[in-house]
Amino acid sequence: MAITFNGYRRKNGDIGVRNYVAVIPISVAASSITSKIAQQAGPWARATPHQMGTSQPSQSREQTVRVLTGIGRNPNVGAALVIELGTEDIDADALADDIATAKKPVDTVTIREEGGALETVETGIKTAESLNESISNCRRERADISELIFGVECGGSDATSGIAANPAVGNGCDRLVSGGGTACFSETPEFIGAEHILANRTVNDDVREKLLDRVDTREQMAEIMGVDLRGAQPTPGNQEGGLTTIEEKSLGAISKGGTTPVQDIIDYGEQLPRGGGLVLMDTPGYDVESVVGKVAGGAQVIAFTTGRGSTTGNPIAPVIKVTGNPKTWSSMSNNMDINASTVIQGDSLESVGERVFQTLVDVADGERTEAERRRLEEFAINEIQPVEHKLRGA
Amino acid sequence: MKGRVLQESALKMTPDDNVATVLDDIGEGFELDLDDRSIQFVEDISFGHKVALRAIDQGEMIYKYDEIIGQATQAIAPGEWVHTHNCESTRGRGDLTPEAVDEGDQK
Repeated sequence: MAITFNGYRRKNGDIGVRNYVAVIPISVAASSITSKIAQQAGPWARATPHQMGTSQPSQSREQTVRVLTGIGRNPNVGAALVIELGTEDIDADALADDIATAKKPVDTVTIREEGGALETVETGIKTAESLNESISNCRRERADISELIFGVECGGSDATSGIAANPAVGNGCDRLVSGGGTACFSETPEFIGAEHILANRTVNDDVREKLLDRVDTREQMAEIMGVDLRGAQPTPGNQEGGLTTIEEKSLGAISKGGTTPVQDIIDYGEQLPRGGGLVLMDTPGYDVESVVGKVAGGAQVIAFTTGRGSTTGNPIAPVIKVTGNPKTWSSMSNNMDINASTVIQGDSLESVGERVFQTLVDVADGERTEAERRRLEEFAINEIQPVEHKLRGA
Repeated sequence: MKGRVLQESALKMTPDDNVATVLDDIGEGFELDLDDRSIQFVEDISFGHKVALRAIDQGEMIYKYDEIIGQATQAIAPGEWVHTHNCESTRGRGDLTPEAVDEGDQK
C-alpha cells in the first residue's frame, strides 16, 4: 500500500509540507529589517536573516545567490518577498525572477526607495500580507512519500550518535528511498575516515571519483593551513562525549544516510532531485549551514541527530530532533522529538527506524516538531574560505 | 543495535574490534567477561567512552566498527580507557606535512 501524506501542491508540481511566505534579505544589510517584517506579519511569514551578500568574492556571491534562490524555491515556500538595501552586488530583481520560475508569487522591496527602516517594515508587512492572501486558499492534498526530500544532519554528536540515533535515522532513510523518495546527508569533513565505505556504495565510477575528490579537498584544507583536524574535529564536545578521532566520528556519522547506493554528490545548496534515492551534498561541518544547504536544495523535512543535545531548527523546513543519549532525552525532552536511546536498552534499529519514518510522514502531514513549537529557526549561509578558493583554483 | 552488548556494560561493534564502548559510568576494578577471558577496568570510564579489550602496542591501529579509528600513541593495557591521550587520528594531519614539521623544528 502506498504511503501518503497531505501537503501543499505548488503550481510547478512540487509538494510543500508547510505553507510559508519566505521573507528573504539579499544581504546582511537587510537582515534585521527582514526579521522585523516576519515577526510583525505573523507566523506564516518566515525570515531568513544571514551575514552574507555584501562585497563577497564572485564564487562566494554565487553561492549566496544559489542558496537564497533555493530557499525561495523550496516547496514549503508558497510565496517569497525579497528585501534589499539597494547597494548590494546581488541583483534582487534577478533573484526574485529566478524564484518566480518555480511558478510562485514573488515581490521585492528596496529599503532605500522606501525611505528607511520604518517605512520598509510597513511596506514589507503589507506586501507579505498580500502574498499570503494569494496562497492562503491553498489546501493540503494527498501526496506520495516518493515526493519527499528528507535531509539528515547530525550535530553535538557523542558515542551514542553512531550506535543508536544515526543508524536509526539511516533506517528511516532506507525506508523512504525504498518508497521512491530522496534522502540527503552532508558535511564532507565527516566523511574522512569513512569515505571508502561510501565510495564502495556509489552507483558508478564518476560519482566515486567525485566523492573521493571532495573528501580529499576537505582534508587538504587542513594540510594547506599546516594544522590538523584534532581539536576541531571531533569538537571538544564530541570528545567529551567519547569520540576520539575524526575517523570514529565519521564512521558513526555516515550511518545516518542508511545503506542504499550513493547516487550522486552535489554542491552546497544545489537542487536535490525528486525521487533521487540517496544523494550526498558537499558541505562544511557546521550543522546550521549544512541544514540550510539541504533546505536550499529542496528538502522539505530535516532529521537532526544529537547525542549531546542541540536545540537548532530552521525557518523553512521542520527539524525533527533525534537523540540516542538517554540522559539527553530526559534532560532536554522539550527539544527532542524521538528517543533513539531505546536501541541501547535492546530495542531493534528497525523498530526505531520505523518510528523515525512514521514521524517523518506525520511531520510532512502537518504535525509540528519541538523546534517548530519553540520557533527555533537558525539560519546561516556558508562562506567559501580563502583556502577553499585556492583549492578550487579560483 | 548492531554489535554485541557485554554484561549490559559495554558494546563491541564487531568481533575483531580491540575496543568496546562503555554503556554506563563504570568504576575501576569492574570485571568484564569476554568469551575466552576477562579483563579488569584499570580506571573509571564514563558512558560513551572506550575500553581496551586487549593489550595494544604503541603504533598499533585501534579498531571499532571493524574499521580503523586511529593509532595508539603509547602502549595500552587491557581495561584501560582509550581516548585522545593515547589514541590519535591518522587523517587530516596538516601538522605532519613536511613543511609544518620543518616550521615546528625552527620554533
